[in-house]
Amino acid sequence: MSGVAGLTRATLAKDLRLEWRSKDAINSMLFFSLLVVVIFSFSFDPTAEESRRIAGGLVWVAFLFAAVVALNQTWAREMRNQVLDAYRVSPAPPNALFLAKVIGNFIFVTILQALMTPLFIVFYNLRALGPAYQLPIVAALGTWALVVNGTFFAAMSLRTRSREIMLPLLLFPISIPALLAMVEATGAILTGEFSAKFWIVLLAAYDVVFTIASLFLFGLVLQAE
Amino acid sequence: MLPVVVVTDLVKQFGRFAALRGVSAEFTPSRLYAILGDNGAGKTTLLRALAGLTVATRGSISMLGTTDLHSVCGQLGYMAHPSLLYDEMNGMENLRYFARLYAISDGAQNNEDRCAGVIRAVKLDPSLTRPVGQYSQGMRQRMSLARALLNDPKILLLDEPFSNVDLRSAREMVSLLIGLREAGKTIFVVTHQASLLEGTADEFVWMEAGKIVSRTRDLQHQESR
Repeated sequence: MSGVAGLTRATLAKDLRLEWRSKDAINSMLFFSLLVVVIFSFSFDPTAEESRRIAGGLVWVAFLFAAVVALNQTWAREMRNQVLDAYRVSPAPPNALFLAKVIGNFIFVTILQALMTPLFIVFYNLRALGPAYQLPIVAALGTWALVVNGTFFAAMSLRTRSREIMLPLLLFPISIPALLAMVEATGAILTGEFSAKFWIVLLAAYDVVFTIASLFLFGLVLQAE
Repeated sequence: MLPVVVVTDLVKQFGRFAALRGVSAEFTPSRLYAILGDNGAGKTTLLRALAGLTVATRGSISMLGTTDLHSVCGQLGYMAHPSLLYDEMNGMENLRYFARLYAISDGAQNNEDRCAGVIRAVKLDPSLTRPVGQYSQGMRQRMSLARALLNDPKILLLDEPFSNVDLRSAREMVSLLIGLREAGKTIFVVTHQASLLEGTADEFVWMEAGKIVSRTRDLQHQESR
């Protein structure tokens, strides 16, 4: 096994094994989003029509907050025993580490979505009136947008004193265009009132731009003291 | 004999604090150097600079004939004060992952043999299934040394390898270092337990307030000053 692809696979396998044994990220994400669903359902008592309008926002805000928990865990694991230094002194390319972390976080957030979506449907009495096949596309593109930026900024805030606070401060403003596209696309699919295609294309473009930019800059972030 | 490491006017500042204040030295191959000094003398910072983990504020380091330390990082072995190991994985799992970072072998069997070989070299059992987090401090130190030896480095940088290790194990580690030096490796050991290297180290490099203040052949020579 060699090259970026091989190293990405090896690092991803290592991360999945660590998560399987510790369950740090998945447990905290699950409890957090469960709380959000329950609290929101008690706070609002919407009709089915209102639910369809606000569900996009509720769902993505819940996933965004939950993803932040996982993103902090991803790098905290590398800081324990300063294991990240072992990677930095090796000849392994930085991008393999970054890609493995992004894919790992994508898997964790996707598992969370798979578990939480039925709950959202039950609590908010949701049914898509638009083309439902577009929902998984929006979910995949939206999740990728969150984890690419999140993984990058979590790495950037790694050595700051209050990194748990720093990550949302950096991540949320830059995620606004993606978040807007996710919420609008989800709302469009659920209500069926307008087409989600523009927002899906915007989300895809956002993903491409930020994935390339992060891959270019991650080497600098990794080598920073 | 041509020097293997040349440090020229190395300065490292952390804000207003200068951890290294113009260190210049040459080190020849196949020797064991003990770097000694009080806390805050700059020993660890010098070692991290040699490993390429700290960017110098001023000055340069040439290693194996190049100032591009990243190009020779595959020929360095670095052991830090923390273990640089994942607590949730056992020794073999840790080393298998780090072996991939160094592209030690694409052949699974060679990889296994190499990992098991370095674990045995530090007098640990490769079949131990306990995660590293459950090892004693001494075992963790030895596993950390095994990780540093994994890529069969030409230059070995060891930060406090004997701390929290019992006397017998420390002497076994010294014997291992002697063998490595005889195999042609250049070894730098930062330690507060200089007596363990008396009669073994080729040179004692004394640091004080970010500078090398003297280099002696034996330990008493400086201690009597």
